[in-house]
Amino acid sequence: MQFFGVPFTVFGDDALQYLNTILGKRAFIITDKNIVKLGLIELIGAELKQANIDWKVFDEVEPDPSIQTVIKSATLAKDFKPDLIIGVGGGSCMDAAKSTLVCYGANIAPLDMSPSDFYNLRATARLICIPTTSGTGSEATWAIVLTDTENQRKIALGSYETLPDIAILDPRMVMSMPPQITGDTGMDALCHAIEGYTATWRTSFTDGPGLMAIRIVFENLKKAYDNGKDEEARKQMMCAASMGGTCFGNGMAGLGHSTGHAIGGLFHMPHGRAVGLYLPYTMEYLINGSEETTRRYAEIARFCNLAEGDDKSCALQLVKAVRELARSVGQPLTVRDAGIKREDYMNAMAGLVERAVNEAMTIAVTRVPEADDLEKIFICAYDGTPCNF
Amino acid sequence: MAKFGTLEWATQFMEAINNSKAYEEAAKTWEGDFYFIIEPGGSIKEPVYQYVDLWHGKCRKVDIVSEAEKDRYKPEFLLSASVATWRKVAEKKVDPIQAIVTRQLKLQGNMGKVMRAVKAAQELVNCVTQVKTEYPE
Repeated sequence: MQFFGVPFTVFGDDALQYLNTILGKRAFIITDKNIVKLGLIELIGAELKQANIDWKVFDEVEPDPSIQTVIKSATLAKDFKPDLIIGVGGGSCMDAAKSTLVCYGANIAPLDMSPSDFYNLRATARLICIPTTSGTGSEATWAIVLTDTENQRKIALGSYETLPDIAILDPRMVMSMPPQITGDTGMDALCHAIEGYTATWRTSFTDGPGLMAIRIVFENLKKAYDNGKDEEARKQMMCAASMGGTCFGNGMAGLGHSTGHAIGGLFHMPHGRAVGLYLPYTMEYLINGSEETTRRYAEIARFCNLAEGDDKSCALQLVKAVRELARSVGQPLTVRDAGIKREDYMNAMAGLVERAVNEAMTIAVTRVPEADDLEKIFICAYDGTPCNF
Repeated sequence: MAKFGTLEWATQFMEAINNSKAYEEAAKTWEGDFYFIIEPGGSIKEPVYQYVDLWHGKCRKVDIVSEAEKDRYKPEFLLSASVATWRKVAEKKVDPIQAIVTRQLKLQGNMGKVMRAVKAAQELVNCVTQVKTEYPE
């Protein structure tokens, strides 16, 4: 038995106008201070006003939101009693919104949520997610990543009831995204789609959105990075991010994410940059030990018109294309280039490996690495040595 | 051949755990006990509670408890499923984490703690495969 779920998705020009047609009394908007400063909440508020919906903003979500932030947000939600929770921002804000819905609707602590439990959250509130970046795909998944600040660890959580009811992809929300964030988050979208397409939990339902997302990212990410005013590229990247989310959210991500989460937890590297950095190294590792994944990489390369020929050469060509795209959108290709000192990195190696070993993504690949192989991958990624083992 | 859901099976499972270096390494920081619950169905007329106490890479105790005696232990985690689902997990036809995520295995307890012990969960399944098991119809 496997599941497949997607939110009702509104996309394209003026998609935010959909908000003035929805039913509700009180909306609790969960975002960060920068989104407020950019005036994006005003656009949403104007639509809610037309729908006669009262609204309140919680703007204290930090990058890599902590459990404490969610508890604070849920406490305020309990006072306000919204029937709509709206997450506006990147993955951090949307994940905080999902967690707030669970804590508010089910009256439990964030870490107590489980996909096994039924909470009947819709009896309390519906969930709307409005991304302001194009990468996390959080608007299309039930997955949540919170940070346990005490143990410097990212924690993957979720419930099927945290899949948003509605995702709104309005290009106005991403037009002001700076190039660096465009590059970081775009690589996250690519990583979701490539890893989702090759995960052992993949299904026919996840393959289609995964393949399309990869092709769209290859065709549009650099355009959006070079010219943030390229509205068509922005729109396409929004769609790719959501499709990438659908792909991995209904399947699973892979080693780029488990290694990326590890460095993100310990060195606070932005999520998309971290997973994008490790993606090509982990792809090489899988090519060296899995014919099945090599074949699927080759399918991607052919579908995206990146290569022709036998499976292995196509797969390696895909790895090369990933690196070229990353370079072209300002991404570090090595941990050293990301500004992390060798000594600090090596001193953290045991923690990096221990975190990566214990990520669910590590076991959802066709070649599951043991701790010693993960350590080799981490070491290769420091200087940019190809993973040839 | 031990019958799944009996003390004989649970004891062999404990031995497999305590002989596994891979589990010991993967679960060296794990502290938490379980009820692995077999839900009624077929020849299983009432739930069977398999108590398993896991501590720092070792299994300290196992027991089998009936519905009437289930308050004997207060484990941190409850993981329940039909015999058919337990068999699929034991035979590696479905990953235990995937089974939890798709509600085939129903988990009660701190999901975050379990999700930080993925490798240990995998090694625990490897221990199950060491036990020659007869499954009830």
